[in-house]
Amino acid sequence: MSADPALTRLGAAALGAAVGAGEVTAREVLEAHLDAIAARDGVVADGDVWHARDAADLGPDDLHAFLVVTAARARDAADAVDRRRAAGEALGPLAGVPLALKDVLTMRGAPTTCGSRMLEGWVPPYDATVTERLAAAGIVVLGKTNMDEFAMGSSTENSAYGPTRNPWDPDRVPGGSSGGSAAAVAGCLAPLGVGTDTGGSIRQPAAFTGLVGGKPTYGAVSRYGLVAFASSLDQAGPFARDVTDAALLHAVMAGPDPRDATSDPTDPADVVAALGRGVEGLRVGVVEELEEAGCEPGVRAVFLAAVAALEAAGATVERVSLPHAGYGLPAYYLVAPAEASSNLARFDGVRYGRRVDAATAEAMNAATRGEGFGPEVRRRIMIGTHALSSGYVDAYYLQAARVRTLIARDFATAFDRVDVLISPTAPGVAFRIGAVADPLAMYRNDVATVPASLAGVPAVSVPIGTADDGAGSGPLPVGLQIMAPLRADDRCYRVARAVEAVVGFDPDPAAHGAGVRR
Amino acid sequence: MSAWETVVGLEVHVELSTATKMWCGCPTTFGDAPNTNVCPVCSGQPGALPVPNARAVHDATLLGLALGGTIAPRCRFHRKNYFYPDLAKNYQISQYDVPLVSDGVLEVEVERDGELVLETVRIERLHMEEDTGKSLHLGATGRLHGADRSAIDYNRSGVPLLEIVSRPDVRDPETAQAYLRELQAIVRTLGVSDARMEEGSIRCDANVSVRRPGEPLGTRCEIKNLNSVRSLGRAIAHEAARQIAVLEDGGSIVMETRHWDEDAGVTRTLRRKETVTDYRYFPDPDLVEVTTSPRRVAEVRAELPELPAAARARLVAAGVPRAQAATVLGGGMLALLDAAVAAGAPAPAAANWLAGEVTGWLAAEGVALADAGLTGTHVAELVAMVEEGAVSATQAKQVLAGVLEDRGAAGPRAVAEARGLSQLRDEGELARVVAEVVAANPDAVAAVRDGNDRAIGALVGQVMRATGGSADPRRTNELLRAAIGS
Repeated sequence: MSADPALTRLGAAALGAAVGAGEVTAREVLEAHLDAIAARDGVVADGDVWHARDAADLGPDDLHAFLVVTAARARDAADAVDRRRAAGEALGPLAGVPLALKDVLTMRGAPTTCGSRMLEGWVPPYDATVTERLAAAGIVVLGKTNMDEFAMGSSTENSAYGPTRNPWDPDRVPGGSSGGSAAAVAGCLAPLGVGTDTGGSIRQPAAFTGLVGGKPTYGAVSRYGLVAFASSLDQAGPFARDVTDAALLHAVMAGPDPRDATSDPTDPADVVAALGRGVEGLRVGVVEELEEAGCEPGVRAVFLAAVAALEAAGATVERVSLPHAGYGLPAYYLVAPAEASSNLARFDGVRYGRRVDAATAEAMNAATRGEGFGPEVRRRIMIGTHALSSGYVDAYYLQAARVRTLIARDFATAFDRVDVLISPTAPGVAFRIGAVADPLAMYRNDVATVPASLAGVPAVSVPIGTADDGAGSGPLPVGLQIMAPLRADDRCYRVARAVEAVVGFDPDPAAHGAGVRR
Repeated sequence: MSAWETVVGLEVHVELSTATKMWCGCPTTFGDAPNTNVCPVCSGQPGALPVPNARAVHDATLLGLALGGTIAPRCRFHRKNYFYPDLAKNYQISQYDVPLVSDGVLEVEVERDGELVLETVRIERLHMEEDTGKSLHLGATGRLHGADRSAIDYNRSGVPLLEIVSRPDVRDPETAQAYLRELQAIVRTLGVSDARMEEGSIRCDANVSVRRPGEPLGTRCEIKNLNSVRSLGRAIAHEAARQIAVLEDGGSIVMETRHWDEDAGVTRTLRRKETVTDYRYFPDPDLVEVTTSPRRVAEVRAELPELPAAARARLVAAGVPRAQAATVLGGGMLALLDAAVAAGAPAPAAANWLAGEVTGWLAAEGVALADAGLTGTHVAELVAMVEEGAVSATQAKQVLAGVLEDRGAAGPRAVAEARGLSQLRDEGELARVVAEVVAANPDAVAAVRDGNDRAIGALVGQVMRATGGSADPRRTNELLRAAIGS
């Protein structure tokens, strides 16, 4: 089938409109993206299911965004959309639009690994609610994307299947843990991506790859079928190359789900309707504690320019304090590992995934976990187990839970004064693969994103320009984080759209003279 | 030196008989083929999430109120973390700091020196949790040791479970047994569980210690594998005796879990508790708080049926002996008794049939009451037939057996007619048989004349035999005495 490569440059709304108008078929749109993946991602493009090459066999420019491409299933889904259109059915705005799904969400019949050797060979017997909602919207899932093992990481280097490369510079990380989905969308292998965000795992990769990425209000998107890292923090959300596309995808994903007890039973905010309202008269608070937070000078300069642009667009800007935000990182790195230590206990070799045989159940369990989990996962399980242990739980887990309450109160107080809060999304630009070896240095990437996670409030990262890392990186994307009160996801997207309009960021690395190794 | 006092606290687990499991929609049916009632949630698949079963919360609330407990306005679920292959998530969702129900009480009747006395056992808490799967060890012995391989059946995984923890108020095996029986009767009356020990839908562990009266509590041992009310009593008696022997020998009790060996009649060390297992409890982030408003409590309270203690008092007041009242309630036959009374039977007569012949027949035939087809009308009819002399007592038993054999398809009168059972009413015929029996048994007759009243019974029996059970025993007795002239 002929495929026009220019189709991969179009956004989701444009593609959806073209499919709906019959200007192009969903199948043609799909084939263009499959061609791009075959050309650039390092998969063995053969058969019904395409598998990523082993890390050692990948080319130096292969993005390695996908772990598996479910080609036959995607073709069936695209053809079904085309048949529905031919039958005169009304299609949704994203029907026929391809999407890259993070390998932490289940899709019946397709392998799910969570970037871990532990789940090698596991084929989930059920669909995540998110996967169901994507299918109901006519969205065509291309495959499952690479990630830090069990979503633990900020660079996608912790994947057991090798790191994903950043389309802006193949020697650099795309951020993480949702780096595969981010690289797929930034590299035009897919117009849309789904990631999950526990402490910044959508927002930071969005910032590193020049994308819009959103973490919904906790409870807005069902977690059913999202393999849990930290249940009280995990939220799935969208990646796209512009705010409208991201908002459209958010609208598909959000909504009550009786299978998730923590799902918000009320109707979600209408994020699409809010997009055109601008920022005239809106009160914007710059978070003092997150503005400084060890930012690279280049990032800080771009951030200040964006703040000035917002003011010029009619927003009132003031500085606002979240007094306990500085404790966010330590609190997060106790709460999240504590929950993870329990959530990951089920990987024991008994029911699914990897099993290392041994004489007793206990020995099998230990051998399986020792072999199946990578070093960062083992580290966090140990930290979390310790934080919950008798004699330490008060000092660690419970203390962190109290800090979390204080941070949530900080947000509530701040939102009495301002409509949204903003900060740089990450303190720096994308770093080189292998450059951050110290786990604590890696954790500091999340300094600006964890407060919103702990408070459960919605946050969106929108690209605002490029910066050099001060060491000759050349232009790399910088993101601005917009945080809003609980359930006010619409406000995040509204401000993001206004920022996008005044900044006019082009998501194509080539337009910035980037996309090459430096 | 004063005697030893036994102190017992009981932990009872009750499996709720909700149609579906605690966190998913899988059926809770007992005895299905392994791993047929499982789904991503109860088999602990990655990404699956629990959603509380509202019926289970209701049933737990109902039982809590029946036990006189206080319902927590807000409570939550915690995760109890431990690795075990039959635990699908390697944590059990349970309750920890705030249980759904606290501070209940159970009054039980205990027979002591032939007298029934009331004992009060306080209930510390009742909380909701989930059951585990079952490990099956495949090999010669069926036990873990020596098994070729092990398999796990997750059908039971996630079945709603209530844990009811008593305070250490029990002082003897009889009270413990009465407590367990009373709990069984209450959950059956409420319809929240079938409470069958043999199927594991009610399970009991006993914490046993001994002390000199007035002294602080001794070191306790937890006794597991108590598979019947009888084993509960035996195990407590044995364990208390063991501890007393150790202490009197100058030894000390080690806190441990002990296994009751039913065949050998002893408890054996299962595991030591020197190192307390750290379950790393924390609130389950997949679940939200369970809130119960005062209005909801009132709604559930309004559903409470007559509880066994009240029913027992009512029956005793109606003239039913205590022991029979207990049997009727324990056997779930209160509704049947009430129906029989409504159909005209005096309560004591109806209770006598239910607690005696009916209970005996059901046990002997292994038939459940619900399957027997017996109605209150049947019982009332039977009582009336005996009362009016239509059948003798012996015949009435045959009539009842007939009704039960046909599973209630025909009533007592129809059965009596079909089988030709009616009381001998021909006085001449009866007098002729009596004369024969008196003539044939000179020794017994002499004994009666010598004042041995018991000998008359043997003669009545002879007459009954000769008439195929159709003679009226009272009239026979009268005629015999007249013939002997005693």
